[in-house]
Amino acid sequence: MELYILLIFMICAAIVAIEVKDLLSSVIAVGAVGFALCLAFLILKAPDLAITQLVVEILCLIILIRATINKDLPLVIEGRWIFNTFSTLGFIAVFLLFSWLALKELPGFGEPIMAVVKKYLQEGVSKTGSVNIVTAVILDFRAYDTLGEATVLFTAVIGIMAILRRPGRKK
Amino acid sequence: MRQIEAFEGTHEIASGASRPRNDIYMIDNPKTGMTLIVKTITRLTVGLIMLFGIYIILHGHLSPGGGFAGGVIVALSFVHLMLAFGKDVAAARISKNMASNLESIGAMMFLFVALLGFLGGSFFLNVLNKGNPFNLFSAGTILLSNISIGIKVGVGLFAIFLALVILEKSSKKEL
Repeated sequence: MELYILLIFMICAAIVAIEVKDLLSSVIAVGAVGFALCLAFLILKAPDLAITQLVVEILCLIILIRATINKDLPLVIEGRWIFNTFSTLGFIAVFLLFSWLALKELPGFGEPIMAVVKKYLQEGVSKTGSVNIVTAVILDFRAYDTLGEATVLFTAVIGIMAILRRPGRKK
Repeated sequence: MRQIEAFEGTHEIASGASRPRNDIYMIDNPKTGMTLIVKTITRLTVGLIMLFGIYIILHGHLSPGGGFAGGVIVALSFVHLMLAFGKDVAAARISKNMASNLESIGAMMFLFVALLGFLGGSFFLNVLNKGNPFNLFSAGTILLSNISIGIKVGVGLFAIFLALVILEKSSKKEL
């Protein structure tokens, strides 16, 4: 029940973020979507994801607010709005059709297939010694994925430091 | 050397000792940063936020959280400092070069933990002693991985924020 209230709130906040004219209000509406997502993770009993979502949301919100607080970007609304609207509706229809076809085959919500997970849940503590089973999976059983994630973040930081360095040294 | 002096400066300001301040510690300069209320609250809370981040990193194998979440919290404490006191105070704590070096050290440490598994025969094998569950020093290499990811993420995100702020300043100067 609470989950559906949160989902409806997230959809409303997303529509507000698209439709509002002021850029700062739009950023704050996106932040509302993120915090509602954090609460949704807590209701679905995933505190690890909730903590990560909360802190990343705060950091993104600070960066976006600092980037948009002094700027007044013009909104382009005139032009080929008929073509844009019809193409958007068409893509939404295609997306809904294929997602319906795909989601029909998945197991129901809250009834997972315990094929791989059963082994992790039974042997996780004895094999890794970690009580938090999420950490046991991401840093022991599936640590190779985490290494890839760390490489992605490292590459992103290198790229940002290279692009945003002080432009054009004078001497 | 300048880094060490800056860290000592933090200590003394926190304990309230008086010392002739250079221009680099613009703690009490009213022209930089936000108002006096924000600065006072920041002085009280920034250490607690950083401590909470370190707690989340170290207890990643016992309670929810881990290297990524704790690292972002540590980065947020530095971002908090930068928003309240201005760019120079935060950049005096960790400069851009030191941030780059620490980020590389974190990545190398994680790779080293991965290669440590070859002592037992395969990549990412948990070769260290598992210990008793629910102890802080348990779970073998998971604690080391959490610490290295925490260093990497915290310093990396702070470096991104620092680069964005420096870019904003320099682009304004050219306009």
